[in-house]
Amino acid sequence: MSVATMSQNAGVCFNLSDDHKMVRDMVRKLATEEIAPRAAEYDRSREFPWDNIKKMAELGLMGVMVPEQFGGAAMDTLAYVLIIEEISKACAATGVITAVQNSLGSYPILAFGTDEQKKKWLPLLASGQKIAAYALTEPGSGSDAAGMKTTCVLDGDHWVINGQKNWITNSTAAELFVVYALKDPATKHKSTSCFLIEKGTPGFTIGKHEETMGVRASGTCPLTFDNVRIPKENLLGEENKGFNIAMATLDCGRIGIAAQAVGIAQAALENAIKYSKERAQFGKAISEFQLVQEMLVNMATQIEAARLMVWQAACKRDAGEKFGKEASMAKWFASEVAVKAALDSIQVHGGYGYSKEYPVERLLRDAKITQIYEGTSEVQKLVIARHLLSEG
Amino acid sequence: MSKVILVFGQVRNSEPTRPTLECLSLAAGLGGDVHCILLGTGAKAAAAAAGHQGASQVWANEDASFDKWDLAAVANTVDAAVKSTGAALVLVPATTHGKELAGKLAARHSAALASEVIGVSADGDGFKAVRPVYSGKVRATVKLSGSPVFATVRPNVLDVAAADSSKTATVNDLAAGQGDSRIQLVSVETKGDTGAVDLSEARVVVAGGRGLKGPENFHLIDGLATAFNGAVGASRMVVDAGWKEHRYQVGQTGKVVTPELYVAVGISGAIQHLVGMQNSGCIVAINNNPEAPIFKVADYGVVADLFEFVPKLAEELKA
Amino acid sequence: MNIIACVRQTPDTETVIKINGAANGIELDGVKLVLGPYDEYALEAAAQIKEKSGGEVTAVTVGGEKAAETLRHCLAVGADKAVHINDSGADDALAIATALANQIKKLPHDLVFVSNKGTDSDRGAVGPMLGELLGLPYVGLVTEIEVEGGSATVSRDVEGGAKEKFKVTLPAVICAQKGVRGEPRYASLPAIMKAKKKPIETVSPEGDLASLRKVQVEKLEYPPARPPGRMVPGESAADKAKELVRLLRSEAKVI
Repeated sequence: MSVATMSQNAGVCFNLSDDHKMVRDMVRKLATEEIAPRAAEYDRSREFPWDNIKKMAELGLMGVMVPEQFGGAAMDTLAYVLIIEEISKACAATGVITAVQNSLGSYPILAFGTDEQKKKWLPLLASGQKIAAYALTEPGSGSDAAGMKTTCVLDGDHWVINGQKNWITNSTAAELFVVYALKDPATKHKSTSCFLIEKGTPGFTIGKHEETMGVRASGTCPLTFDNVRIPKENLLGEENKGFNIAMATLDCGRIGIAAQAVGIAQAALENAIKYSKERAQFGKAISEFQLVQEMLVNMATQIEAARLMVWQAACKRDAGEKFGKEASMAKWFASEVAVKAALDSIQVHGGYGYSKEYPVERLLRDAKITQIYEGTSEVQKLVIARHLLSEG
Repeated sequence: MSKVILVFGQVRNSEPTRPTLECLSLAAGLGGDVHCILLGTGAKAAAAAAGHQGASQVWANEDASFDKWDLAAVANTVDAAVKSTGAALVLVPATTHGKELAGKLAARHSAALASEVIGVSADGDGFKAVRPVYSGKVRATVKLSGSPVFATVRPNVLDVAAADSSKTATVNDLAAGQGDSRIQLVSVETKGDTGAVDLSEARVVVAGGRGLKGPENFHLIDGLATAFNGAVGASRMVVDAGWKEHRYQVGQTGKVVTPELYVAVGISGAIQHLVGMQNSGCIVAINNNPEAPIFKVADYGVVADLFEFVPKLAEELKA
Repeated sequence: MNIIACVRQTPDTETVIKINGAANGIELDGVKLVLGPYDEYALEAAAQIKEKSGGEVTAVTVGGEKAAETLRHCLAVGADKAVHINDSGADDALAIATALANQIKKLPHDLVFVSNKGTDSDRGAVGPMLGELLGLPYVGLVTEIEVEGGSATVSRDVEGGAKEKFKVTLPAVICAQKGVRGEPRYASLPAIMKAKKKPIETVSPEGDLASLRKVQVEKLEYPPARPPGRMVPGESAADKAKELVRLLRSEAKVI
């Protein structure tokens, strides 16, 4: 085999296609010019960033992977992670809203919905006319998702849902909720089903807007279902197969959160580089001090590694391969990198980094949640371990 | 016989404009026989000043139709002079009008055109020019081959030599060239603020940025500009936010200015702004953030709250 | 309405420009090339006029292989098709204008847009040259344009605080200044997907461009570094103001 043939068949290519570059450049420009300048204010006010979302929706960013026939952009997972990284670099709250809309809202409908459900909901979600939320977590069940207590009972042509959900992103804005419930807590995931519940359904109340540490504008609220009756057609996927839907959805979702973490980390790095070149101590820019350089180097190298892991998970998914292990690896690693990068960036900034005048303290608060939601770092490790031990 | 260097002069209020004088000074310094074209009302009156600046011959046409810009007519008029004088080098101020004239004529002659030069030197039989490229990050020395060659000269960069009133120019009539009926000047509107100094030709520019917090505070910049007898400029953010019109914008996608004094107020100094003003003679930066990048290019930096400092500075200037 | 938008790939403004070893060009390695920022305004104007009056926008560029990337971007922000005049050597305004003119003559054209300048060459010379070479009327630095029937009404700001308004018979060459039609649009995801299906025609330049390269770069150098500045001392704003005025009068001698 000639060298030329070998390199052609090399299989690993770290260059983005021109189309992917165009997507990234466009989103970077949008994020820099329009989203970043408002991020601090949204963090303070906790208002849902409608102007960001509307602008992004016009550009197709609310339906990245939704097929054209349903009003989406029909792009791939790689394009999606590039988008989430760039948006999150500017505003992590807007990043997670976008991630939820795309991978927790549209995805399960696309993958498991009926034709009617797809036709009804996907165009509304892809165009950003309606925002979706994803309700799995409960006050008493986080990592142990199957330990949920929300119940569903079939009563004639209706399902009746009772229970509570917690920490549900997008709730202040969402009109469609993807909700999990089970028939009998004793049978756990074996009786779990997934439902589409619209805002305004009698008995369904959206609780108070939570005061969270980070991603404060992401509209996170608890939900209460008190004898909420929904038509049978609102069952998403097969009865009792809800847990599979949840797991498949989270696999995809984790790639998005990993991309969000990379974006936050990248923002931390860029802020640190900029500040270190501006800030002078002992008569020179602090970027000239090797201990400062070490922090920059650590950040940059780890971010690069995290990004490549995210890209790999995305490319595997696009190639139709199994990607659950890679998604969990990427999510665990990238979220750890994000927290460390944010901490180091604050350190580079010194006292200014600890103040609200500079954006890096927000980055730390935003980074922390990436280790928690859509599966904590510990859960990711369990998932990875399960893959490792079952693959052998 | 020395080479003819032909300067396309612009006349305002019966005087050659400052960029015209800069071109004449540059031409005189090259040691050629300097000719100057002056068109429109006051052209002949302006000829004296052109002579004092070193022009031996002035080619003038006082027809008032030249007061209203007609590119084709001016190009045809100037072209005749280029041919009749056998000019080796044609210098044109790099103004809106000058640039389109030079481009049109260079194409007609299939000739070299160096744009926005900040220096020209003789090079054997020909000429070399120095011009900023890559938004001013680099300077290029370019060799211009053939004859004639054209150059547009960036205003406000070159010095004007002291006028020598003992020197006079012979004034010749230049026939008006044919216009182009496909393009009609409908109107020339003078803006409300004609009294104010023009940004691209100003000796002093006072520019305001994001630090002003809102359009209602821009009067601070207007006031300071008046105190300096300078022109008002703005950063891109100010223009994009609609506080000021685009014609005030300094920097990339705005104007490149090179005043003797540039005062940046509440402008952080993004690269897009710096490329528009970093070649100013003296730069003063006023900003409340001591780490703002604008201080890197400033000769004098003032770390202060602009709302407090600017009125004090205006007051001090008037004192 | 057949509209041509002449565009050019230039280094991103934020890119650090490094002069090459021979000091006759810049290091292109690692330089991010983008659609010229002024070209974006010209293309936006072209796209909006087309969207109103119907017709087609053709983006045309002169440049090496990489220039095709820029055309792909143009196709995602309003152009319907593109022509890539493949010539990496054309850096002289006259050579570029000639290559463009020879190509545009073969395309139907009612309106030809050029932009203020490339942020690499800082020239603004191609537009008026193109007008001359095509034998068409030219108006530079236009900030307003309305097209109606066979003519366009355009306005622009000129030195001295005046605003000129022209009526131009089409076809014509118009140089669009920033703001002529608002901010350039972003390439939406659907537009990026559609751009993949739009044609880019690659052609070789016509004519002897080499003989038209009459401006040769002999040397590139960095502008002299500004001497380090200093902070104006003073306890209060009033002190600082007093000291600054003294410095400007007696040291810098600029007022």
